Amino acid sequence: MNAPQNPPQKPRGNKPGGRPLDLKNGRVDMSHGAGGRAMAQLIEDLFVGEFNNELLNREHDAAMFRLPPGRVVMSTDSFVISPLFFPGGNIGSLAVHGTVNDISMAGAKPYYLTAGFIIEEGFPLSDLAEIVKSMAEAAKEAGVSIVTGDTKVVERGHGDGIFINTAGVGVARDGIEICGDLAQPGDKILVNGTLGDHGVAVMSKRENLSFTTAIESDSQSLGDLVGAMIDAVPDIHVLRDPTRGGLAATLNEIAHQSGVGIELHESAIPVRPEVKSACELLGLDPLYVANEGKLIAICPAEKADALLAAMQAHPKGKDAAIVGEVLQDARCFVRMKTGLGGTRMVDWLAGEQLPRIC
Amino acid sequence: MKYVEEFRDAELAKGLSAAIKAEAEPERIYKFMEFCGGHTHALARYGVEDLLPNNVKMIHGPGCPVCVLPVGRVDEAVALATQHDVILCTYADLMRVPGTKYESLIKARSKGADVRMVYSTMDALKIAQDNPEREVVFFAIGFETTTPPTAVAIKQAQKLGLKNFSVYCNHVLTPAAMRAILGAHTPEGAPNVVLDGFVGPAHVSAVIGTQPYEEFTTDYKKPVVIAGFEPLDVMQSILQLIRQANDGRADVENEYARAVTPEGNVKAQALVDEVFEVRDEFSWRGLGSVPLSALKIRSEFSEFNAELRFRVEVPSPKENKLCECGPILRGEKNPVDCALFGTSCTPDNPMGACMVSSEGACAAHWTYGRFRTELELEESA
Ligand code: SF4
Repeated sequence: MNAPQNPPQKPRGNKPGGRPLDLKNGRVDMSHGAGGRAMAQLIEDLFVGEFNNELLNREHDAAMFRLPPGRVVMSTDSFVISPLFFPGGNIGSLAVHGTVNDISMAGAKPYYLTAGFIIEEGFPLSDLAEIVKSMAEAAKEAGVSIVTGDTKVVERGHGDGIFINTAGVGVARDGIEICGDLAQPGDKILVNGTLGDHGVAVMSKRENLSFTTAIESDSQSLGDLVGAMIDAVPDIHVLRDPTRGGLAATLNEIAHQSGVGIELHESAIPVRPEVKSACELLGLDPLYVANEGKLIAICPAEKADALLAAMQAHPKGKDAAIVGEVLQDARCFVRMKTGLGGTRMVDWLAGEQLPRIC
Repeated sequence: MKYVEEFRDAELAKGLSAAIKAEAEPERIYKFMEFCGGHTHALARYGVEDLLPNNVKMIHGPGCPVCVLPVGRVDEAVALATQHDVILCTYADLMRVPGTKYESLIKARSKGADVRMVYSTMDALKIAQDNPEREVVFFAIGFETTTPPTAVAIKQAQKLGLKNFSVYCNHVLTPAAMRAILGAHTPEGAPNVVLDGFVGPAHVSAVIGTQPYEEFTTDYKKPVVIAGFEPLDVMQSILQLIRQANDGRADVENEYARAVTPEGNVKAQALVDEVFEVRDEFSWRGLGSVPLSALKIRSEFSEFNAELRFRVEVPSPKENKLCECGPILRGEKNPVDCALFGTSCTPDNPMGACMVSSEGACAAHWTYGRFRTELELEESA
């Protein structure tokens, strides 16, 4: 479904002018956030140029648009990540994927995004340009438009290079009821692919963690996969992207929201061998490691095979698997049958997952 | 993952589980202590306890260095970081450990202290080289496994002539702690030992060898089987312990021959000897003061000894009276016997040693095994 017609594009005039942006060697300075010529130029030359769509191009502080019928779904997320560039993506593409996915996990189709930048004085314009470019590409791939935004510059030492906030709106068709509190005892739990790729890719680039891996982040937008899944099985109960805290944290959240227990089967959970070895090395558990292009789907048992087939037929779900089921359990425990044949809890994480010394 | 998956094979586990069930005499209860947190972790993470018969009980020992570090030492680390304007470097495990009033290094950092997480002693040395105008302290912690790298760092600092690097030494010794556990007495003075044997620590033994365990088989008549950290290693060692117990034998056996030799890593031992000497006593969280159980930096290397370089005085802390860590670490009680377990004491808010890191007995039971207690309650209802 396409968004309804928006007003025609306005002719552009009275450009801010001045010296062109030095995208190769220039750096962000306080003037780029001061509301004057330099800021207008940054917006015009970089953001508007890359995000290029008729709503943004009107350069109004707010975007005005119509949405197709259905319920409006809205979400926002802020992105702070170190390092800013990692194998398989950067903070920009991540900021688009994150919000697009949050909207998709409500069973909605995402349409429009906003982007807010908080940039530290001295940040290289070339890095900013690369980030903005990959945001534009990610938005295009996800079929969404970045229609309004904001730029602030903070003094050197008051930020970590760049922070990005994105918010988005989408529309859920009537009849689709997908929410974290709808898991039912007996339901099956599916994932769309290998877990832990993003977390390990990012960690491999952290300074002082010297290990090399060919692993790339799985950062990607999941709207099209979700669309295919809903077409095949409209009766999906829960969708969720297991980002920070990984599969374990997300399943604990769902168990609590729905008042159910969960049992996982370790041997069915897809994890790349490289991710397993890296986790082994660092004393981490892949179940707790972050993902950015993965989803968990919970659906009635009798629909699970159809949903699995629909996921596997899509390129973003080719490694999909049924990894567990929902149980009746008022204590909301998440447990796992281990590959060895025992059982254990998969608990919430206490604090951040940190590498162990021995 | 070659060379790893075969130690986690479900079929082999089934076979070992059957052998353990067949050989464990049903009328007797076996209590074995896995000394090392790495084994506790393996048991819990792979659900190994489900594969053991009910009369074979695993007791989680004190072998997690952050768990047994006393509150006072954590307070000292926090004081060093906050009062002396040093760059305090330490391994990640220590960052969240609460001292008095729940003050941890992570909290100190949020209040402005310069605390850095390092992955090796060499990272700390590099930070010292990069920041010549700042004092850099490495908060060293761990059993015999992590001691040689600390010795290397001190020697390296000496060679480089670094004037701004020092080590706050908290290295502790495995055999001394085992001795303290076996030597515990009841208030009436009778020996309190409830253990039938030890699963010996693998990495520690790779450094110290198997010989230091001989005293436990001769003086205390307790079998020791040194085991690797894979779940099948641990199961195999449990089977060997059951066989020894059944035969009335007490020997040191080496299940982990792929890395452990009787004499250990002689070079590493010599290095440690050169840099460190044994302290008269050291306080362990949960076990109290244990004689000859830790190391300090020898006077030849005094200039790198942070304990001499900085005066940190912290009020002597009190551990919670209701905390049952001591009896749990000695194998006399279970985590669920503690009134604080799961109520005031959880991994997010640990009150005692056993809850501090995921390898502590209470934390492992809470994080991986508490459904089991609930199941037992349900079954007995
Ligand atoms: S539950 Fe907490 S207070 Fe009780 S013994 Fe364990 S660590 Fe100590």
